[in-house]
Amino acid sequence: MGKTISEKIFSRASKTDAYAGDIVIAEVDCAMMHDGTALLAIKSFEEMGGSKIQDPSKVSLVIDHVAPSATEAFSKVHDIMRKFAWKFGTHFYEVGSGVCHQLMVESGLVLPGSLAVGADSHTCTYGALGAFATGIGSTEMAALLLSGKLWFKVPETMKVIVEGDLPPMVLPKDVILKIVGLVGADGATYKALEFQGSTIRKMGMDGRLTLTNMTVEMGAKTGIIEPDEETFNFLTSIGNPFTGGFRSDEDSEFSDELRINVSDLEPQIACPDSVDNVKSVTSVEGKDVNQVFLGSCTNGRLSDLRAAAEILRGKTVKKGVRVIVTPASKRIFLQALKEGLIETFLESGCTVCNPGCGPCAGAHQGVLAPGEVCLSTSNRNFKGRMGSQEAEIYLASPATAAATAIEGKITDPRIFLGGLKA
Amino acid sequence: MKIRGRVWKFGDNVNTDLIIAGKYKLSITDLDELSKHAMEALMPDFALKVKKGDLIVAGRNFGCGSSREQAPLVLKHLGVGAVVAKSFARIFFRNSINLGLPLIELEYVDEIDDGDILEIDSAEGYVNNLSKDKLYTAKVMPPEILKILSEGGLVSYVKKHGKLPWQ
Repeated sequence: MGKTISEKIFSRASKTDAYAGDIVIAEVDCAMMHDGTALLAIKSFEEMGGSKIQDPSKVSLVIDHVAPSATEAFSKVHDIMRKFAWKFGTHFYEVGSGVCHQLMVESGLVLPGSLAVGADSHTCTYGALGAFATGIGSTEMAALLLSGKLWFKVPETMKVIVEGDLPPMVLPKDVILKIVGLVGADGATYKALEFQGSTIRKMGMDGRLTLTNMTVEMGAKTGIIEPDEETFNFLTSIGNPFTGGFRSDEDSEFSDELRINVSDLEPQIACPDSVDNVKSVTSVEGKDVNQVFLGSCTNGRLSDLRAAAEILRGKTVKKGVRVIVTPASKRIFLQALKEGLIETFLESGCTVCNPGCGPCAGAHQGVLAPGEVCLSTSNRNFKGRMGSQEAEIYLASPATAAATAIEGKITDPRIFLGGLKA
Repeated sequence: MKIRGRVWKFGDNVNTDLIIAGKYKLSITDLDELSKHAMEALMPDFALKVKKGDLIVAGRNFGCGSSREQAPLVLKHLGVGAVVAKSFARIFFRNSINLGLPLIELEYVDEIDDGDILEIDSAEGYVNNLSKDKLYTAKVMPPEILKILSEGGLVSYVKKHGKLPWQ
């Protein structure tokens, strides 16, 4: 019987003939932890008597969640991380480098066919490169540092086939929100979601990363996309040319199949307080907002900044609304500067922050007050996620974010199509 | 690993931000202090009420959301003996095993009420509702995983055996 991409990666990494349902011990190619999870991992590593990392060249520590540090407690965490990274010779990403997941994707440490793990649930993002990438906890990160290996249950794969051309102002974020709404918050628990179809083949790497990033919001273990020319071109663009990886065999077994056509898709929005509470933007239009966040490991990439800047150019943010723009990495920030996007954001009244997680995790740079409403391009709208438990979070695309920033209320970006609204 | 305790009942999709909010996880590093905020959005005084050996019983997809190990950690720190739910999110599931917090998947949680007294055993695979005199059979975990749980988690395992289960 043929194998899916995931089964092939686990077979390679465990040196066994692995199929869905098998429990395997696999060698990991890339491991990442950040300032929200590294402290517990380091503590567990020390408690286990760790004196040496099995292969430090595979390990990265990233400061991005509270960066620069907002509290003395976190300054101490950062200090411990820096000393750990220097002592053991791991990769280390300092304050201002960017969001961990974007950094791993740009690092060349994750390639098509890699097995990557991170002490963060959105590690599934790297599946857009054709890698198997999944989130783990801190204690098992410590076990991985010691042994270079972890146990995994090889997941079943659900096929998601996306067909059709996206209408103007409808972005990959709208596609994945639509899918999350259809599948539900636990509809893909423990599964790998493999995206296929003509829409995916035409989609750029930025959009693909948006799709795989949000697969965990359906409980999935990872999202995965077969590598192609777009993947190889992206790897060349980051100075790491590579061709290879795996594709699912024709006769491989998929657990389920979801097929959607996006030709008539409208802009989508996830309403409070769960990511699968998805509606069309038009159905909640007019809701006043206090804050708009453009950034995160979901939507802080160049295509996202371009889509928002295109709408904001020559216009101003509504009085009383705060717009926070956080490029996902320094590399993206520099390119956005060259293209004049940052100038557009500043001139229209946005605040541009340093690369990192921004306000997504509720730690700094835009924490919400009780009763406030935020429209965010990030991936979670749980109660209390970005600050007060009495605040509301709506999740939407960068285009919807820009339109909402100008109008001061939730707005369908299609009103800005072709200069309909000057 | 027989555990007997009082039930604290919750619903579906109890996410990691509800178990312990990111704003606390990213500002408090002291575990005693952090644990005071466990489940606070759902039950403001949970940390004060819960006693050692008490059980959490919940619906589908318990622990969905972030990979934060602080979620099972604060529950264990407060003395929660085990979590019984219709289903668990995968990272929460792994983290709980690795920390030695027993989990039981049970379809019939709707028949269990807040305040019931249960006796459970994750290795034997049963849930006995002593308040309602009703016995349920539950799924038993694979031996590879039970081995980690029965030693009290990965750190305890390494301390006892001097190596990881797969080394």
